[in-house]
Amino acid sequence: MPVPAPTLAAPGESTTPVLAAATDVTKSFGRAKALNGLSLSINAGEAVGLLGPNGAGKSTLISLLCGLRRPDAGSVEMFGRNPLDPKSRLQLGITPQATSVPQTLKLRETVDFVAAHYPEPTPTAELLVRFGLADMADKQCGALSGGQQRRLLVALALVGRPRLVVLDEPTTGLDVDARETLWQQLRDYRSQGGTLLITSHYLEEIQALASRVVVVDRGTVIADGSVDDIRSHVAISKVTLEARCRRRPSTLGRTRSARPLRAPERPPWSPRTPTRRCAGWSATASNSAASKSTPPPSRKPSWHSPAIRKPPRP
Amino acid sequence: MSALIRPTPARPTPSEPGAARQKPDAAATAAPARAALVLAHSKAQILEQLRIPVAVISSTVFPTLALLFFVIPQESVTADPLASLTAIAQLALFGVMSSFLFNYGIGIAEERANPWSSYLRTLPVGPVPPTIARALPAMLFAFFALLPVLVIGALLTAAPEAFGDGGLSWWRVPLAVLVWLACGLPFLALGLFIGYLCTSKVAVAVTQVVFFPMAFAGGMMLPPAAFPYWLDVFSLILPSRAARDVSVFALSGEGLHAGSVLCLIVWTVLLGGLALWANRRDQGRHFR
Repeated sequence: MPVPAPTLAAPGESTTPVLAAATDVTKSFGRAKALNGLSLSINAGEAVGLLGPNGAGKSTLISLLCGLRRPDAGSVEMFGRNPLDPKSRLQLGITPQATSVPQTLKLRETVDFVAAHYPEPTPTAELLVRFGLADMADKQCGALSGGQQRRLLVALALVGRPRLVVLDEPTTGLDVDARETLWQQLRDYRSQGGTLLITSHYLEEIQALASRVVVVDRGTVIADGSVDDIRSHVAISKVTLEARCRRRPSTLGRTRSARPLRAPERPPWSPRTPTRRCAGWSATASNSAASKSTPPPSRKPSWHSPAIRKPPRP
Repeated sequence: MSALIRPTPARPTPSEPGAARQKPDAAATAAPARAALVLAHSKAQILEQLRIPVAVISSTVFPTLALLFFVIPQESVTADPLASLTAIAQLALFGVMSSFLFNYGIGIAEERANPWSSYLRTLPVGPVPPTIARALPAMLFAFFALLPVLVIGALLTAAPEAFGDGGLSWWRVPLAVLVWLACGLPFLALGLFIGYLCTSKVAVAVTQVVFFPMAFAGGMMLPPAAFPYWLDVFSLILPSRAARDVSVFALSGEGLHAGSVLCLIVWTVLLGGLALWANRRDQGRHFR
């Protein structure tokens, strides 16, 4: 389904207002540098996909944008204010990475409670219908399944009718149907002029929802462009992988084996180098329905191995 | 179905200087009233606590049980109206203090380990409304804990004889209830301070270590008249002693020291400031 995008201009050329911005931001946890001079701005109407391996700094960046933490250096702005100022978050909706709900509150009470923080929220009953949660409005949140809790958290991000929605791995752990329901809600939101910032490990999800992709690694932005730009960028990295693999034939043999690797695991032979991680994404991209390029079959296995993922719906 | 996004204010045209930067405008940032936020948070707190009735019941009957076990068997106390009033006031405050310290010290520390509370901090609300919204249900539940104490005190001790012809007016009873709840405020703040500063396991230990010596030295178990001189003098600077003196005075008209009210106010302000500081500090470094 084509995503109506108000802004498909290349990043940096946008004329719409900047809703959120991070400038030269540094944040360390102990000796680990989570963010290292990262800069990023999000304009109204954009749908930005934030892509990167575990530990790249995606969630840290989001916690700064949401006012959960302060940067060590650099500045962060949300709607022109400091994100620590609660007013800056009035037009912001968030789905956190961790699935967590108030166990004993009923679903309806939870939505009402979050809605009370916004001036003109979506009526609770209507929101629950949109997200297919109306039947369980009187259940306690702790009684919901993991997928239902996840849907509730995305619904909560939208209850205040925000101008910017930040979703940290929104569909992790969801089955194909539930994911499609969520994607449809987010597409509707975008088509009404909403702005999205999504992190995901799945290039497929970024392709489905985002018009702009920002690749983050080791606390900085290493690529920023349209989905097509990034795909052509990772295509070049494929060559690098092949060249390096040839030097180590034993490991190459392992990649070629028919054994599918488990999805969240990094393959044992893969050190933390950007080239190889990009190769992993490229395999995902190549195997998704939207992809135009077809890679040689030898490059197929990766930790996003298609063997263990559910097929897309017809 | 209504729109998923609020109608946006008119966008600045690209030719305007600084057009690419969003200006905070009044219409877009009209937040709900603070009272509405306090109400919403209080309602959520009360509902969450009522859904686990055992916890509510146990903290509600705690001061009553203490009265039944430690005061009622002592005939020398129950036969004397003034001693009865003193004991009732002391145990009432004991209940309020334990409810505030334990619910808040341990409750908040546990909640902070739950990602839902960090989600709540991304909502457009500052630290003050949720903090007030913790105090209101705490007072409500403490109030329900005080009622059976008053009933048992009226039925099983000589306390009622002090009223009416005994010289005391009946209005002292509702006044005392309000004073007891207010006297719990420094302990509420202390609970918040501990909860925001400690992890849940540390909070359990710290709260207990703080609570019992404080309650004892404050004269809630033994009246200060039974204290050795040094403890009596030392306890005058404790918030628990000041709260106890004010509480006993509210019910019986006796036992107030010159500095009690001032001491209580100073402790409330000090601990309230520390609680707010700990809360702000928590926002900055939740995970390490």
